[in-house]
Order: sequence, then C-alpha cells, then structure tokens
Amino acid sequence: MSTDPMSTDPVSTDPMGTDSTTTLPVPAGPLGEVRSDLSHHARATWVVTRRELLRFRSDRARMLSMLLQPLLFIFVMGTGLGSIVDTGGGISFRTFLFPGVLATSVLFTAAFAGISLVWDREFGFLREMMVAPISRASIIWGKCLGGAIVATGQSLVLLALVGTVGIPYDPLLLVELIGCLFLGSLFLTALGVLLSTRITTIQGAMPMLQLLITPMMFLSGSLFPLGGLPAWLSVVTRLNPLTYVVQPMRHLVLERLDLTAAAEQKLLPPLTWAGWAVPVGVQLLTVAVITVALIGLGARLFASTE
Amino acid sequence: MSNTVREPAIEVVGLTKSYPAADGVVEAVRGLDLRVEAGQTYGFLGPNGAGKSTTIEMLCTIRNPTSGTARVAGFDVVRERTEVRRRIGLVFQQQTLDQQLTAEQNLRFHADLYGLSRADADRRIGEVLEMVALTDRRRDPVVKYSGGMKRRLEIARGLVHAPQVLFLDEPTIGLDPQTRAAIWDYLRDLRQRTEITVFVTTHYMDEAEHCDRIAIMDHGQVVVEDTPEALKSSVGTDRIALRTDDDELAIARIRERLGLEAGVHEGQVTLAVPEGAQVVPRLFTELDLHIRSVTVTRPSLDDVFLTYTGRTIRDSEAPRAAAGRAMTR
Repeated sequence: MSTDPMSTDPVSTDPMGTDSTTTLPVPAGPLGEVRSDLSHHARATWVVTRRELLRFRSDRARMLSMLLQPLLFIFVMGTGLGSIVDTGGGISFRTFLFPGVLATSVLFTAAFAGISLVWDREFGFLREMMVAPISRASIIWGKCLGGAIVATGQSLVLLALVGTVGIPYDPLLLVELIGCLFLGSLFLTALGVLLSTRITTIQGAMPMLQLLITPMMFLSGSLFPLGGLPAWLSVVTRLNPLTYVVQPMRHLVLERLDLTAAAEQKLLPPLTWAGWAVPVGVQLLTVAVITVALIGLGARLFASTE
Repeated sequence: MSNTVREPAIEVVGLTKSYPAADGVVEAVRGLDLRVEAGQTYGFLGPNGAGKSTTIEMLCTIRNPTSGTARVAGFDVVRERTEVRRRIGLVFQQQTLDQQLTAEQNLRFHADLYGLSRADADRRIGEVLEMVALTDRRRDPVVKYSGGMKRRLEIARGLVHAPQVLFLDEPTIGLDPQTRAAIWDYLRDLRQRTEITVFVTTHYMDEAEHCDRIAIMDHGQVVVEDTPEALKSSVGTDRIALRTDDDELAIARIRERLGLEAGVHEGQVTLAVPEGAQVVPRLFTELDLHIRSVTVTRPSLDDVFLTYTGRTIRDSEAPRAAAGRAMTR
C-alpha cells in the first residue's frame, strides 16, 4: 500500500517539471497520496463535508425558507397561544417554547441534508465519490457531518434572537445550546442518510421522511411540557430520541431563569426511566450513542448496496 | 515502467460476471479476454446488453467479477482496488458533476478526493481547464453550462489526478455533431500529448474510426478485435451501385461478361466485389449500355458491426433511454 510509484521509478523522465502550457503530461505515477490509515479517512471525510458546506453557501433560498417555520412557531403561535397559556413561573409561553422550536428548527434542514444522498445518486454525483480512492464510510461520515454543520449553522440565526424572548445572552449558554443543536442535527442527518441507503427515489424518500419527522417533532416535548401526559403518550415520548435533545436544551435555558420550584415542576418535569430521573448528561449521551449507531449502520448498508 | 517493456494498460483473462435472475442466472460477461497496450485509444463496441457496461464497471472496480482476473495499470481490480482507482480516470455516460458548484469547485473536490497536494491540484486544475478551453468559465456554476461544456469538464476532471488509463463510457451520447467532433478533437489531442491509454465505448461508428484498435463485444464475449482498417478489410467487399437505363440487361451482362452476381437494391444495380476501383472501368467497357452514375462504397465499420453481431448499431440503439436509467442504480 505504501509503495509510492514516483519513487520506485528512478529514471526521472519526470515530464511534470518540463511541461509547457501546450502539453499535458502523464506523470510516472498517480498524483496524490492515498494511505489506508485513519488520517486518510479523516481527510476524505472532510472533503465530502466541505462540499456540503459549499453547496449550502450557493443555496440561499433554502436558507431563508428553512427559517420561516420556526419564526412562525415562536412569534405567531407562541404569541397567540401565550394569551391562554399560563406558564405559572413568571416567564412567557414564548420563552418556554423557544428551546423546543430551536431544536425543531434543525429538524428538517438536517434530515433533508441527509436524504440529499438520494439526490446525489439521482443526479449522478454519487458515482464520482464512489469510484474515488476513498472508503464508503468516509462518504457517509462526510455527508452526516456536513449536513449537521449546515443545519447547526442555520439555526444560529434563530439563536441570535434569544434576547427577544427574555433569555439572557450568556456566552456559555449559547455554546451549550450550539452543542446540543449540533448533536441533534447529526442525529437527524444520520437518520436521513440511513433512509437514503434504502430508498433510492426522491419521490419515495420525501414522504417517508415527513412520516418519521413530524411525529418526532410533536412527541419530543418541543411544543408542550412532558408532565401530566397520559401513560401511552409518555412512553412514546421517552422512546423518541429527539426528546433527549429538546429536554436538555430546555433545561439549559430554564436553569438560567428564576423559576419557582412549582413552575419548574410544571414546565420541565424530570425525565425518568423506570422512576430514575435521567441526568442531562446521560440524555445527551443517549442521543450520541444512537447517532453513532445510525451512522455505522448507514455506512454498512451503503457499502453493501451501492 | 518507462525503461522496461511496458505492461499492458489493461489485461483481462477469463472475466465473467453473472447475476441471479428470476429464471436462474444471467451471464452478462462470459469468459472475456482482452489486452490493451499502453498508449492506445481502444474502442469497445457492442449492441445494448452485450455486457459493455458491466465490463467497464468491473475494470473500474465498481463491480467485482464472478470469476477471472483483470489488471488495470498493472494492478488487480479486486485485490488492489485503491491502487487501480488512483490510476484511472472515468467519464460516465451519465452526468456526474455537482451542478450547484462551479467548474473549479468540482475539479478541486476531485483533486481532494484523490489526495493531491495543494500545489499539484492548482497546477493540474489549470492545465486541464486550459486543455478543454474552459479556463474563462472556471468560476461559473456548472448548471449554466451547455451539454458539451459539461462533457468537456467531465473529461478534464477525469484527468486531474493524471491517470494512466482514461475510461469513457459513451462520451458523446446526446451531443450534437459539432460537439461530438470537438470532444474527439480533445481526445486525439490528449493522445498526441500524453501517453495515456483511452478506453472508450461509443455507439457512433464514425467515432470508432478514431481508435487504434476496436473490440466488438456481443453476448458477453469479444467477437472480434483488430484495427479499424483490418476489420473493414475482413468484412471484405466494396459495394458498387449503378444507375442504368436498363437494369435487367445490366445484371445479365454483369453475370455473363464479368462473372459477377448483381441485384437491385434501392433502385440501383448493386454488386459486391473485393476491389471496387478495378471493376469500374470494366463496367464501362463491357456492359455496352448507358450508365448514368456509379458509386463505389468501401466497407464501413457499420458493415463490420453488422457482420459480427448480426445487427446494425442503430437497431441496438433504440432502447437507450431505458438503459441509461438502469445505469443509475
């Protein structure tokens, strides 16, 4: 693997040095270095990631359209419902809603970034990646990381508005929220990518994604507190990985505000597994583990089907 | 490599590929043998379903063969896949550019995928853009390119990492005649300037004339392989077509005075002879009737294709659109 054909050919007919603009020489060996170690995989992953970022930069319409929905949720629905909802803790309903909507704002961007693999296949670009001397896992990791960075980056616009709903501009809080958003985005991109390895048409992938994501959005407690739900609903919310992104984010926001114990119990009841109140760190770890598992599974399926 | 006897660019021995199908097994490629010398432009022809695409996919390490071996640029396509990939450039039938990105971004992405250093990438991107005359459009998004420009860009991209073998699967399909001619100019130019081996499939027989050698594949095997000239000679005969005032009489006299069989095709008296040019003067002196026109046609590669596959290339071209979509799988 480590043989470098440039060096095994001592007869330096090396045409590369002598080229004029009219000749296009073929070097004695291929240009570029390809090794099979981790740094090569990391590099290949980054190449794929960077393409996602480049693509996003050239697509401003997508950026705007993805912003509209969360703004409607917070400032229209939040304000409208706020008049009949009493949070009981001296904070507005919009403040309560904000972390949930922030989390859902990455939902569609991230998931769409994931299923863009279907587009890549449909428009042929996937082939360009498939025949390159890189591993298939690098392609999957690159797609996931790229999608997650794009979705997180997009949500920053919304995050900049925390002040308008009475949440302090605490740098640490912002960093923590960005971390959560990135994790949630990575999870959702991975889900989209996983779907794309099985479903090969855009017409098939889009409804499938909607079918998965809309319930996840509503069942994560993004729009309402998880306390006092009927047992069946309570179980479903605990099975939803997105819950473990939304609840920590809400926790991070509310702990910065002066809430009475009663209000906190009402707005952010502890999330329990069989009676055990799951710490925020464990919640986030759960999402991380599921995400890595999804990406791993996606990479496997991808390698076996393409 | 440069100072010893050069290895063939492509060497295939007993290559087979079979797929499970509803009614047993489909053998797409059956015991293919092929040898392409370095530096040649090699045409790979055959009707649809002959196994061309499957063969190319195996040579490009996209599919694994069921049995047999193939070496490309000196490396085994199964065991030394990465080494093969570094040394080959690919231009697919289907577009594989990122339309949202600019030409330069597409090339940069490719250079990065192949692990080129920044300096190598800069130099090669400049060179290949120059070669396909897209330097001044390098910052335009590909979506604004015409079909021919995209094709040129894809060829350029296939060359960025300086491959030893360039595979082109139907590089001119769907392009207008002028653009097709331009693409072949680039390929000819490329061959003159470099030692690259070009392996190309095409449906256009006139394009196959540009190749040093041609293989015609049918039913999963190579049925014939030679230079275009030799192939045309092997089909043998020139065709002479005459317009006369009395076709019946002409045919009769051709039979009795020249000892040749003629018939009427498309309103003309037609006969097949080994050397048309030598027969024409005798027709004028010996037929003794008014000849209005004479045409001598050398055998074309179309005739070669017809002879060896039993089909014209046009017959086999009809279901193209469907085949193109199947390629995307």
